[in-house]
Amino acid sequence: MGNRFPLFPVEASTVAPSVDHLLFYLLGVSIFFTVLIFSAIFYFAIKYRRRSETELPPEIHGSTKLEIAWSIIPFGLAMVMFAWGAKVYFEIERPPDDALDVYVVAKQWMWKLQHKEGQREINELHIPLGRAVKLTMTSLDVIHSFYVPDFRTKQDVLPGRYTTTWFKPTRVGKYHLFCAEYCGTKHSGMIGWVYVMEPQDYQAWLSGGAGGGSLAENGQKLFQELACDNCHHMDGHGRCPSLQGVYGSKVLLTNGQTVVADDAYVRESILQPNAKVVSGYQSIMPTFQGLVTEEGVLQLIEYIKSLKTQPGAAPAAAPARGGVQPPAGGAAAQR
Amino acid sequence: MITAALEEREHYLNASYGLKSWLLTKDHKRIALLYLGTITLFFALGGLFATMIRIELLTPQPDLVSSETYNKLFTMHGVIMVFLFLVPSIPATLGNFFLPIMIGAKDLAFPKLNLLSWYLLVAGGLCTLGAMFAGGVDTGWTFYTPYSSTYSNTYVIATALGIFIAGFSSILTGLNFIVTVHRMRAPGMTWFRLPLFVWSNYATSLIMVLGTPVLAVTILLVGCERLFHIGIFDPALGGDPVLFQHMFWFYSHPAVYIMVLPGMGVVSELVATFSRKRVFGYGFVAFSSVAIAVLGFLVWGHHLFVSGQSVYAGMVFSFLSYFVAVPSAIKVFNWTATLYKGSISYDTPMLYAFGFIGLFTMGGLTGLFLAALGIDVHVTDTYFVVAHFHYIMVGGTLMAYLGGMHYWWPKMTGRMYPEGWAKLSALVVFLGFNLTFFPQFVLGYLGMPRRYHVYPPEFQVLHVMSTAGASVLAVGYLMPLVYFLWSLRYGKLAPANPWGATGLEWQTSSPPPTHNFEEPPVVTHEAYDFAALLEEAQVG
Repeated sequence: MGNRFPLFPVEASTVAPSVDHLLFYLLGVSIFFTVLIFSAIFYFAIKYRRRSETELPPEIHGSTKLEIAWSIIPFGLAMVMFAWGAKVYFEIERPPDDALDVYVVAKQWMWKLQHKEGQREINELHIPLGRAVKLTMTSLDVIHSFYVPDFRTKQDVLPGRYTTTWFKPTRVGKYHLFCAEYCGTKHSGMIGWVYVMEPQDYQAWLSGGAGGGSLAENGQKLFQELACDNCHHMDGHGRCPSLQGVYGSKVLLTNGQTVVADDAYVRESILQPNAKVVSGYQSIMPTFQGLVTEEGVLQLIEYIKSLKTQPGAAPAAAPARGGVQPPAGGAAAQR
Repeated sequence: MITAALEEREHYLNASYGLKSWLLTKDHKRIALLYLGTITLFFALGGLFATMIRIELLTPQPDLVSSETYNKLFTMHGVIMVFLFLVPSIPATLGNFFLPIMIGAKDLAFPKLNLLSWYLLVAGGLCTLGAMFAGGVDTGWTFYTPYSSTYSNTYVIATALGIFIAGFSSILTGLNFIVTVHRMRAPGMTWFRLPLFVWSNYATSLIMVLGTPVLAVTILLVGCERLFHIGIFDPALGGDPVLFQHMFWFYSHPAVYIMVLPGMGVVSELVATFSRKRVFGYGFVAFSSVAIAVLGFLVWGHHLFVSGQSVYAGMVFSFLSYFVAVPSAIKVFNWTATLYKGSISYDTPMLYAFGFIGLFTMGGLTGLFLAALGIDVHVTDTYFVVAHFHYIMVGGTLMAYLGGMHYWWPKMTGRMYPEGWAKLSALVVFLGFNLTFFPQFVLGYLGMPRRYHVYPPEFQVLHVMSTAGASVLAVGYLMPLVYFLWSLRYGKLAPANPWGATGLEWQTSSPPPTHNFEEPPVVTHEAYDFAALLEEAQVG
């Protein structure tokens, strides 16, 4: 930002200090060994410099004790690096449950972001201070990577698949967003800014956005436009499973396997409906590949998620058989 | 008197003349020189691209070239340097020349195959250079899909075909070395009397033979998807976008050891000769090469910590990656311990060896940062990685290669190079290298992504330092080119053993006769036995 010649990045998220502390440990070990090797070389090279052309130094074959020592000690130090690194990695990879959801669609060469409340942004992300934010991301073309150096987080964004990352900002400010995976001609132009705002400023920003409706509302519209509700009746009497309370539940499939209905499962069920068919139902759903955009899929997911908590609807409790609660005499009886 | 004798004596260089005598030679020494010429040209070209990249990065804005061109520059720099320079570098030149001589053999096991492998490198190189002149390629040397298989509009297939062909060159060289070491050792040359350079080239050959076919398969699959739209990597066609990375790094991580192990072998020779001592812990150093070759195949997933692979896979690969650190550390400690109570001279090859140990230590230690999961997430795909692998590849392999070139130049050509200039070049290369690449560690931790044509202005100072270093480095590399060529005509004539070294290569004349030895050697003592050498000299 203001600094024209920074040497160390700002710590602007909760994981940033964890990463930096690990870095300092590694720096300490590295500097110790670098100094050790360099000074040993200089010392020996000077002390034992050749003084006559015919001198013959004593024969020394080696020392198993030394070999063991300089294998085990570095290995032990390295295992600390491994364990510590893994701990920080888990912190980086596991979003907390109360995180704000933001959806990211990457394409050559821009970032498109949608907030749950409906705000859409391009190459900019506004988030509140002190709230964990979880990004669910996909790409329309090649592999990209969502990288905010001051948060110390990076996650590749893949086509045809969701990946997630999260961060909890600890400092108000404006931070670089980079695409870190080479993605073609304007790779270095696929950049943007993350704005961390005071919560009240964030609320103001949210309400100032264009009122296009929330993601779930748009998802519901799309659900009707695509005539999903012709078959997916919410009362469970349709030809396809009710989606009430499906999100996050365990779903029993025709092949006997059970899957958790997460973002990836819902996305796959829309684009490749025959890949996993719910037990008790026939694979009659057509693919919506090409009929619905990735943003649309994300809106549908948000809508289906919202069905879980809608008051007054059928309870989202797990059905007795572990599958999606099938209708009493409906589709199951068709078989 | 000696001069006259040398001029009259027949050796491999004056045994026959004419283009045909070179292009159809089966002499491993002549083939080594063919390789030397070829890879020097590739290095010059790769270096030219690096120069243009560094000039472009002097300022944050695009000024010298467009983004398309910039992307092609770093791609061609990587492709040429990795596949056409570093992989063949030490094995195909110094290894080809000296591996047979060091074990007391007349030639490699399959001399015609050896010549074929040179032709394959040339064919692969021409294919890749053809693609470059036709318009170039912009995928990065890593060819990540689906960009390379579907989206790039450049000459991906022609470039990849070149790499495919050059890969067979490396497979054949590896095969040749393995068979040669097993079958062609002189009487008395037991496995544990082998010079460490032979051990490390043997380990390298194992990787070449086992790893390179996987690269060939991967390239074929990219070709299938690109040409026939068979869905393998592109999810739009039903493929898996990350599969390519697994397959690519299954070869390309071991390939790092293809590049650096021979360098470690060179340094073992240099450290022993110029401290007149057997390498400390010979057995540990020898087996650490094999350990690196084996472990190298188990760590490819550490390139995929942020690619979306499972966190548990990430943990396994991080854990295994730390195992590779041990044999590498063993080598560094043993080289250092070899100096203890040695008789150390500061001839140019030793200066390069010191440079190697220092830079490889820094390159290896920064590898620990990248193997640490929590740090890798932040620094992967940034200049930190760029700096790290240049410390290994350029600070390690290239320093060792230059050290080896100086060490064996008298043997290869029969001429000495000018010592003063050579010492200066070692110093200039060391300083230039650090000025070029050390600032890139800082840039990387700050978050500067690699492969960026334009960048935020706050990174400029470090980029300017790096570019300044690169110009120093360029001078350091041009110096040996000039004085080596100069020495061919004006250099002092080299004696058979200018360094007082122990290897069999120093017991034959400089340059060696076509069949390497006047009489087949018999080995009676272990490697680096300087006492025996001195005794023989006194008796003689």
